[in-house]
Amino acid sequence: MIRFERVFKRYPNGREALRDVTLQIDAGDFVFLTGRSGAGKSSILKLIALLERPTRGTVVVNGQDTGSLPSRAVPAFRRRLGVVFQDHQLLMDRPVYDNVALPLVVSDTPFRDIDKRVRAALDQVGLLQRERALPMELSIGEQQRVGIARAVVARPTVLIADEPTGNLDHGLARDVMQLFKRFQEVGVTVVIATHDLALVQEFGQREIHIDDGQVIA
Amino acid sequence: MSSLGTYLARHAQALLAAFGRILRRPLGSLLTILVIGIALSFPATLWLLVKNVERVTGGIAEAVDITVYLKPDVRLEAAEKLAAALRLRSDIDDVTLISSEQGLAEFRELSGFGAALDALQQNPLPHVLVIRPPAADLTPELVEALEQDLVGFPEADVVQADTRWVRRLQAILQLLEQVFLAIAVLLGAGVLAVIGNVTRLEIAARRAEIQVTKLVGGSNAFVRRPFLYEGLLFGAIGGLIALSITQALISTLDGPASQLAALYGSNFTLTGLPLEEALRLLGAGALLGFLGAWLGAARHLSRIEARS
Repeated sequence: MIRFERVFKRYPNGREALRDVTLQIDAGDFVFLTGRSGAGKSSILKLIALLERPTRGTVVVNGQDTGSLPSRAVPAFRRRLGVVFQDHQLLMDRPVYDNVALPLVVSDTPFRDIDKRVRAALDQVGLLQRERALPMELSIGEQQRVGIARAVVARPTVLIADEPTGNLDHGLARDVMQLFKRFQEVGVTVVIATHDLALVQEFGQREIHIDDGQVIA
Repeated sequence: MSSLGTYLARHAQALLAAFGRILRRPLGSLLTILVIGIALSFPATLWLLVKNVERVTGGIAEAVDITVYLKPDVRLEAAEKLAAALRLRSDIDDVTLISSEQGLAEFRELSGFGAALDALQQNPLPHVLVIRPPAADLTPELVEALEQDLVGFPEADVVQADTRWVRRLQAILQLLEQVFLAIAVLLGAGVLAVIGNVTRLEIAARRAEIQVTKLVGGSNAFVRRPFLYEGLLFGAIGGLIALSITQALISTLDGPASQLAALYGSNFTLTGLPLEEALRLLGAGALLGFLGAWLGAARHLSRIEARS
């Protein structure tokens, strides 16, 4: 469950990204965040992942008030979260397998479990055959799916994605969205920021529209 | 079992990975290790020097013999009588008489002036009494009082206590130990700075990786770990280099030093660092490397945050 209560976010450069945002996303929901570039979609995701902290207001994720979370507790908090980015942020000098295993490695997961879960995650995104490949050797769509496998490998309760289909053509984008939908079906809360309105309509899920730092609908 | 086992395995993995990174850029690593090794070899060599000199003078420091050169006209019988009388005194432990003939023979043997001595018409050496005060509760004051007393004897020409130069030497050694400490502290700080800087550069080069690791929930400790191991390895290998440099110096100097010692009738040889001190040198290197990396990492890692 994710709850924003009267959240304001002003960046050090003075830009006011969010103004009085209040919203609630229940556990197991599938939600699209829509709006123009710079409307504040990314800021909402950053506040959820604790990449930023609100200037004012309360952000609650997984029942945890992030405002009261000391910085040393942030890593453990992030491990319960899966994050996917448009530019996927893979380690380009490590094979697919190592990239996907990273969230498990940082949480001191036993080796046997790591192997099992990395393979399961790669299987879910259809890349089990490419585990030894370097990200450079993959297509953009495949790289994005590696990013998704990394986001879900630690079985997070919340999965957030910032423009995960931004670089993909419509067919690939639909495949990726269907992948997210499958995770929601097994109980993961999914929040996706996108400006691909055609795709949003096609999937017919709940939509939170942001404009100029405010929730419109 | 598994959580501790996993934890240890993670550390072993971080250590191996650090080793791998050191090997992956051999030239840069070699330079770093050499700088550390040479820096550490300075205090190590000085330490060894001081310890060797202390060892060679240790025996002498205990022997505070007083040498009494008798006047040239004192006959051997008179000298023997004097020696017997002195042996009875409670403030004298032992008296050795070296007759002028014995003295000449010894001098001929050790000095190499044999031919020149043959040219002399008569023996120029006086009889000599070597007087040893009792070793128990010996103080410099007692030695000095005895020395004054012996000067008063009519047969005595020159009275010489060997303690003075021994004490001077010991003062010099103490000074050298202070110098050793100062050099060790300075060069230790240098090693910290070198490794801190290497760590800083390494962190800058791997910035993206650190960001991604923090993004997926890597703690500061996890991110710091490989850098600490790398510093530790640099320091330990640098210590090994320092040890090799020191032992190489010792084996080069040992030949000349033994020859020099032989000229003084000693069978002294230089000793290298014993195992315990060699380990201490390695440990000091590893510790300095660890601390240097920690200082470098603490400053720069906290500034790198996960970003989207």
